Amino acid sequence: MSKSKINIVDTTLRDGSHAVSHSFTVDQATAIASGLDKVGASIIEISHGDGIAGSSINYGFSITDEKELIKAANKVIKNSKLGILIIPGIGTIEDLQEVRELGASVARVATHVTEADVAIQHIRAAKDMGMMAVGFLMMSHMASPEKIVEQAKIFVAAGADYINLADSAGFMTPNDVRARVSLLKNSIDIPVGFHSHNNLGLSIANSIAAVEEGATYIDATCRGLGAGAGNTQNEVLCAVLDRLGYDTGMDLYGIMDLAEQVVEPIMKRPQVIKTGSLMLGYAGVYSSFLLHTYKAAEKYNLNPRDILIELGKRKMVGGQEDMIIEIAHTLSLKGGKNNEL
Amino acid sequence: MKKIKVAIIGPGNIGTDLMYKIMRSKYLQMYLMTGIIESEGIRRAAGLGFKTATNSVQAILDDPEVQIVFDATSAKAHTMHAPLLKAAGKIVVDMTPAAVGPYVVPCVNLDEFSHVDNFNMVTCGGQATIPIAYAINSVANSEYTEIISALSSKSAGPGTRANIDEFTQTTSEALVVVGGADRAKAIIVLNPAEPPVMMTNTIYSIVKNPDEKKIVEAVNKIVKEVQEYVPGYQLRVPPTIDGNKVTVILQVEGSGDFLPKYSGNLDIINAAAVAVAEKVAYNLLKEGK
Repeated sequence: MSKSKINIVDTTLRDGSHAVSHSFTVDQATAIASGLDKVGASIIEISHGDGIAGSSINYGFSITDEKELIKAANKVIKNSKLGILIIPGIGTIEDLQEVRELGASVARVATHVTEADVAIQHIRAAKDMGMMAVGFLMMSHMASPEKIVEQAKIFVAAGADYINLADSAGFMTPNDVRARVSLLKNSIDIPVGFHSHNNLGLSIANSIAAVEEGATYIDATCRGLGAGAGNTQNEVLCAVLDRLGYDTGMDLYGIMDLAEQVVEPIMKRPQVIKTGSLMLGYAGVYSSFLLHTYKAAEKYNLNPRDILIELGKRKMVGGQEDMIIEIAHTLSLKGGKNNEL
Repeated sequence: MKKIKVAIIGPGNIGTDLMYKIMRSKYLQMYLMTGIIESEGIRRAAGLGFKTATNSVQAILDDPEVQIVFDATSAKAHTMHAPLLKAAGKIVVDMTPAAVGPYVVPCVNLDEFSHVDNFNMVTCGGQATIPIAYAINSVANSEYTEIISALSSKSAGPGTRANIDEFTQTTSEALVVVGGADRAKAIIVLNPAEPPVMMTNTIYSIVKNPDEKKIVEAVNKIVKEVQEYVPGYQLRVPPTIDGNKVTVILQVEGSGDFLPKYSGNLDIINAAAVAVAEKVAYNLLKEGK
């Protein structure tokens, strides 16, 4: 049996946006999108890190309006599909219509893993606009494989074209991934995808586990640029998949060069696993909280680790960046120590 | 003492909690609960001795005793009910995002609307955050206000879930119209943690005059005013000023009338609606109607 084609979904210009504090410029977006198109990415995702209309005090303002980046990328993308991420509760159908008009043809609609029903109207709207629609379940480590199937079926019924599981906290180990992807794959008739964060150093291993259980869409970023310790490193993923005999349609040397020559010079820091990002993966905390936590720790004179462990304990979900301030304030009143640690 | 007779359309969670709140009112008399089927909410109202009906708005139109109506159905249904109720001379408190009438937040703009016959209650997040946004703007001049409302998943009903864009759009519009900011953005997050989390709201505002003393005074004053109708309304992070940015975080604990305490989001919009109706009833009684 020949191995299925693996679609590479590059999200350097979306999840990677967190790592550069949403500062991508039109020139950078043009160069990255054009490079990704040439090397064979199936989908190139561009949005504020928290999805379209994510530019805000809570998540950080985009230096350049994401619509300008999408417009610029659309000019240079010839073969890949141009995608966006939308988180209902942050972005609206009106925002989706605007980016559709600018050339986006894939809408990945993301909710917390247990809240898929808030996205039904957005999935339907994307389909009505002729877009490919993806149901994207964030923080999927927080739900059982059975619960994930139940939630994915809500997306399927709304018309989704594939379901993407996201290990947004970089918490899962390969067996966690296998259990979720295999049950999902066997329970629905549409393709499954996977998105990971490298907080525990497992993003390549987890992506391979997902592929071996039947996932055919894998998220990755050049140099691993992304929230927390970053995402699955695209050029490494392509090399490993190639060695394992999977067809990604990617030009391996091309993606290596793009990562080294175009993306690396843009990076504000090397994408390595420092204590903060390790703590995200260890405590199960949403990866985009990291840089906001560093900021709050400095302002309130705390150890970032204490804030992160409390965020995990309180089971905060994606989008609750404001609670970092609340927790920092509360900890600072207690004298800066998390007594239960 | 004479009271004003009240009807509720929509015997769901909101309608039932409203009923319990109205039962405690000095000026309002719970009188009629109407829905479209013989539901649990209808049976509960009947069990408490109130008139019930299953022909929706018609039961109210047929009953001249009813003076104030709470519409706890949906935006679509309210758009149909509103002209009928108006023609029948009823005063309406609209719990849906239909926005037929002006947005009202009791401690901010209720006194401006003495002759309005349809009050729109914005959203739960609006009722929780607009008082603070208004207080900040009144002393500091807000260029941009942004709010994040986090609700427990259990307290977000099917109506909210199916129309989540209505929440963000209506709330951000009301932050400008009622809260006074030049521009605004609203974000909603649902958190499924067990035990359920209390409703938490963050208000950020970029202001022209970041005078800390004045901002703190204005916020503390309005918190006390909201506490008069929502006792569980309290600051988690007091006004914190960082350059020209103001941050306030507050929590809303429900009163537990019918809904659990974590449903502060439902409690605050209902408590605000009853405060509006009481003011209307007080005026009607004063005028001898």
